[in-house]
Amino acid sequence: MSVLRLNKMVYDAIRAHGEGTYPHECCGALLGRTGPDGRFIQSSVKAGNTRTDSAHNRYRISPAELVKIEREARQKGLSIAGFYHSHPDHPAQWSQTDLSEAHWLGCSYVITAVAQGKAVVTNSFLLAGETEENKRFEAESIEVSE
Amino acid sequence: MIIYIPTPLRPFAAGKDEVEVNATTVAGALDELTQAHPDLRKHLFTSEGKVRAFVNLYLNDEDVRYLPAKEATAISSADTLSIIPSIAGGH
Repeated sequence: MSVLRLNKMVYDAIRAHGEGTYPHECCGALLGRTGPDGRFIQSSVKAGNTRTDSAHNRYRISPAELVKIEREARQKGLSIAGFYHSHPDHPAQWSQTDLSEAHWLGCSYVITAVAQGKAVVTNSFLLAGETEENKRFEAESIEVSE
Repeated sequence: MIIYIPTPLRPFAAGKDEVEVNATTVAGALDELTQAHPDLRKHLFTSEGKVRAFVNLYLNDEDVRYLPAKEATAISSADTLSIIPSIAGGH
């Protein structure tokens, strides 16, 4: 099983983001380094959810915002290693929508279940596979350091 | 011009996060990129040769699909092209 490593500050920040946007889905990017043994996250960046038409169960990050996030990452010597979003009053499990809309192969997709405004479970899934045709989510463990 | 390669496509570009090209248009830049790294082609283009719907191309800070000349837009050595796969989802 692959591993997502992040420090407590980042872990708490992405969960708090979900609480802050409840009952809507939050979303953001995870900056760090990727490798065959997992992803090492150094910081998170909040992003705007452009799915204002259905923010309670859909999210989308504007590509224009991602250009800026990537620029910021480059300046810090980091890469986009994953993304996070929340599921208000819904389990922290990927959905068919999550899979069909996922295109960042080799990156982590972190989901936090936010129940009645409180972050409960946070899970991470690696988007594995080599192509759009064989992509799949694989559960990965999360290691939170102080 | 520099083309920035997103994380998921770097394994198909010899691990590079950026590639320098000498083309004069966006289309020419992508052609030069995929000539140098043929494994990228199927990730960027459909079998009909069109850019895949979830692949967003930004010339500096402008979405190429909304530029008047689209992929025929002329580029200069000071420009950058960012390849940004879409990110969306929900439950």
